[in-house]
Amino acid sequence: MSPEQTILLSILVPFLGAALIAFTWANPNIRETITLITGAILFYLVSSIYPVVAGGAQPSVILFEMLPGLAIAFTVEPLGMIFAAIVSFLWIITTVYSIGYMRGHDEQNQTRFYVLFAIAIGAAIGIAFAGNMLTLFVFYEVLTISTFPLVTHHGTPEAKRAGRVYLGILLTTSIAFQLVAIIWTWSLVGTLDFTQGGILNGKVGGLTATILLGLYVFGIGKAALMPFHRWLPAAMVAPTPVSALLHAVAVVKAGVFTVLKVAVYIFGVDFLFSIEASQWFLYLAAATVLIASLVAMSKDNLKARLAYSTISQLSYIILGAMLASDLGVIGGGMHIAMHAFGKITLFFCAGAYIVAAHKTEISHMHGIGRVMPLTTAAFLIGSLSIIGLPPMGGLWSKWYLALGALESGHLVIVGVLMVSSLLNVAYLLEIPFKGFFAGAEDNPEPQAHHEHDPDHDHRFDRKQPRQIKEAPLACLIAISITSAGCLILFFYPDPVYNLMRLIVAP
Amino acid sequence: MAAAFSSHLPALQVVLALLAAPLCVVLRRPGAAWMIATVITWALLAIAMVLLGRVLETGTITYALGSWPAPWGIEYRIDLANAFVLVLVTLIGSVVMPYARASIPAEIEEPRIYLFYCMYLLNLAGLLGIAITGDVFNLFVFLEISSLSSYVMISLSRDRRALVAAYRYLIMGTIGATFYIIGVGMMYQVTGTLNMVDLATLIPNLTDNRTVMVALAFLCVGLSLKLALFPLHLWLPNAYAYAPSAVSAFLASTGTKVAVYALARILFTVFGGSVLIDDFGLQELLVVLAVAAMIGGSAVAIYQSNVKRLLAYSSIAQIGYMILGLSMASVIGMTAGLVHLFNHALMKGGLFMVMGCVFFRLSSVQVEDMEGLAKRMPLTMAAFVAGGFGLIGMPLTAGFISKWHLIQAALEKGWWGAVAVILVSSLLAVIYIWRVVEAAYFKPPPKGAAEISEAPLSMLVPMWVMIGMSYYFGIDATLTLDITTGAAETLLGGIQ
Amino acid sequence: MELIGLINYWIVIVLMMTGFYIVIAHDNLVKKIVGLNIFQVSVFVFYITMAKVKGGTAPILAEGITTYSNPLPHVLILTAIVVGVATTALGLALVVRIRDAYGTIEDNDFENQDGEP
Repeated sequence: MSPEQTILLSILVPFLGAALIAFTWANPNIRETITLITGAILFYLVSSIYPVVAGGAQPSVILFEMLPGLAIAFTVEPLGMIFAAIVSFLWIITTVYSIGYMRGHDEQNQTRFYVLFAIAIGAAIGIAFAGNMLTLFVFYEVLTISTFPLVTHHGTPEAKRAGRVYLGILLTTSIAFQLVAIIWTWSLVGTLDFTQGGILNGKVGGLTATILLGLYVFGIGKAALMPFHRWLPAAMVAPTPVSALLHAVAVVKAGVFTVLKVAVYIFGVDFLFSIEASQWFLYLAAATVLIASLVAMSKDNLKARLAYSTISQLSYIILGAMLASDLGVIGGGMHIAMHAFGKITLFFCAGAYIVAAHKTEISHMHGIGRVMPLTTAAFLIGSLSIIGLPPMGGLWSKWYLALGALESGHLVIVGVLMVSSLLNVAYLLEIPFKGFFAGAEDNPEPQAHHEHDPDHDHRFDRKQPRQIKEAPLACLIAISITSAGCLILFFYPDPVYNLMRLIVAP
Repeated sequence: MAAAFSSHLPALQVVLALLAAPLCVVLRRPGAAWMIATVITWALLAIAMVLLGRVLETGTITYALGSWPAPWGIEYRIDLANAFVLVLVTLIGSVVMPYARASIPAEIEEPRIYLFYCMYLLNLAGLLGIAITGDVFNLFVFLEISSLSSYVMISLSRDRRALVAAYRYLIMGTIGATFYIIGVGMMYQVTGTLNMVDLATLIPNLTDNRTVMVALAFLCVGLSLKLALFPLHLWLPNAYAYAPSAVSAFLASTGTKVAVYALARILFTVFGGSVLIDDFGLQELLVVLAVAAMIGGSAVAIYQSNVKRLLAYSSIAQIGYMILGLSMASVIGMTAGLVHLFNHALMKGGLFMVMGCVFFRLSSVQVEDMEGLAKRMPLTMAAFVAGGFGLIGMPLTAGFISKWHLIQAALEKGWWGAVAVILVSSLLAVIYIWRVVEAAYFKPPPKGAAEISEAPLSMLVPMWVMIGMSYYFGIDATLTLDITTGAAETLLGGIQ
Repeated sequence: MELIGLINYWIVIVLMMTGFYIVIAHDNLVKKIVGLNIFQVSVFVFYITMAKVKGGTAPILAEGITTYSNPLPHVLILTAIVVGVATTALGLALVVRIRDAYGTIEDNDFENQDGEP
């Protein structure tokens, strides 16, 4: 099968899978099997394109013309390859996790969940493989719409409110800013194809370029750059597998991926460097990194803390783009991979705490490491990766980001990176340390209310003391794989690094 | 024989419907009347498509009615702009007619159903006549034919508020048509001809003549009343809200659109486009009114609890988009306006058909009564969501294509304010679509709600065909854009 | 002299404004239709005035006559009169139905009965 056919098939497979899953509502086992098989096929297809791209080629295929002169087209280049590989791999892992979580938590509407999940993954692959900004925008919006019912899955008033914030911010930014930027680019330049070295160089003046940059950066709401970040903590009301894959990996990575693509292939690294305004966005990203970390420290709800941590980490990638230096771009791209594995581990653990121990607040998790050692150890591994300490992969991306900051002369950013790492230590390590070393008697009185489906089965209620055991097996398997991933990426970051190098030095 | 038949297609386009209308009255039975209406509409669609094909191949078609040569005889002149409108009107009719079979008996009393089909055919004839004619007075005649029949169609509803709505529409519509005819009279006084092509050679040289300017004013106001341009839109909300759903679906998709075409024809072909727009502040006026329509219409739509009224106000806003495109007098602007004519017709027709299905089962179109409807009527509400995406302008819908072009046209003219207004009104559309979606999907059904099932297949299929078309032309817009760009170039006729 | 010669046009304007005023100012539905008719009559007078050519006779071919009045506007007006008749008939029919449905034909009373604008 040629790479072109593989590309089209990779995008088609998740949607086909979604259609199949929709018919299996009667039989959960078949449903989950189909999901896993679809995920495996997708991963196989995506990895079969890898050797082609690693060799320097950029296979591309045009689907059809939507507007005169503008087609829906796909081109696989190294950054898209990384994104697609991560999304497809982690989909399989998340499905395994979801089986454990959704069943253990006795969630409603599981079929709807799996169907929409597949559609969202399909949209993410579409974004990864997009060959021009129009194609990317189409799948970007499909991703927003398909993840909305996932966010409001529980149907509670808080979920509906959160859904409104989610949709409101994402649609407003994409329609009001991103769409204008895209049409304006089209009208100025006559093409929207992602091209090495960018398409704007020499075609637009300084002021226009500045406004365009602003429209793009603020228009990509999924990157959660302040002040358009509120949707991320709001989306934490979703079931944890949704938060894990979509809001730690697919949706947010789609956002920063788009920022990187715009920076590298629409503006071009050199042109970006020559625009004054890229500095302002650099500082805005740096501010987001710090402010989000500080807010994270103040949050007691684990998922909320992880949400703000994600906002902070996403701005690392935006930093990488706005530094407008080759090493910065490499660092940003690598961080897509490193952060994905680290954060998904953390979210998986958070979900495990919810489903096995019914705990959502950090202050209630003292001593939990003694009853859930595997989960808490995984949390430790994930935290170390996010912080950027060896032997976890997160070290490498931070390393290259720092080098990129030095290369472009922004010493302040190096300082920001260091301060932020310290803040990460403060708000992340608290959990595993208190989990292992603090005593369970320190826990305050457990609250009656917790954030999941109110009809679910409380087997250990009232009379008997709560029996906490480890997370369901499926969850543990998933958690182990992703933690192993963090470790492996430390010793073997070459695939990611080599792909990123291809972008900056073709 | 076939050759003779085919050379008279322009006349047949109008005459077939005119002949079929009294046939419905003679036959009286609802089933027979429906059959005649549907078959004739499909035949007219075939004729329109043949004519469009011919225009695409060979250019403008002229047809002298009764073989009296122009400018003394009435001439039918078909170029890309009106061939396109002919196809649009017959296409909408072809999809609404099968739908009407089940929908109309639920909303009109049985003894009157055959009258509805008769009026529908007259309305169709009128609309097609407006589109096809090359004579300004002939346009008035067909304008009144279509208007009178639409007053009757609206008033046939069981809801008594439809009577008042029809009456008010009658008063305002007649004033509009009378203004139009005053304008025609003044033009005739100065030039001595009623033929559009002939006028086009004479009028642009006379634009400093006061009579001609007054004529322009009367013509614009008259047609603006018919196309419901703010602030002459007052008849529209009630008329669309209380009319039978098939009527709303048909009229919302065709009536105002044909009036927009007529305005474009007068402004650009007869008066020669940019000459006028540059000197007299007409462009500024149209832009201001369009912007007011876009913001005002969308904003008021948010507060409506009658969903059909909500869609009506949304139509007023969308007409603002079309007029904005038209007023730009640039090829891209006109293309945007014309393609939105087509796209909006598909989307709004589909949405009104959704409301028809809802009314069919619920006997109500209030938002409060639609709570929890998504579980009971999933296909219908899914169509609403799909159509709603089009109004918002999500990619893959036809609405996205129109919006893209409109924004591009505004950017190229440097009209930043217009860009901002287009975006704001899209976001307002999100809000009013969201209100209905939230009620249907996120709220439980009201207490004591009767058990209802999905709408019948004969209503679901045409509805989904309409929505499906809006997605088809959103995914592959090359056909519609080629035609509308050609139409825009024809209308702007070398002045650009 | 000019102004007196243009008296037809003055009448057109007076009729037009009168008719328009009646439509707007009166609440009674039948009176509105009356106003509409007056408004339309002004247009008829306008067209007919337009048709008269100075020194022209009736447009019937005859020996020795060189100037005829223009017959075309008369034709147009016949059409417009027919349209006006149809509109009036339709309007009055609607008024009858409204009277049956509401019991009143004063414009602003309908909202009170239905409870919504």
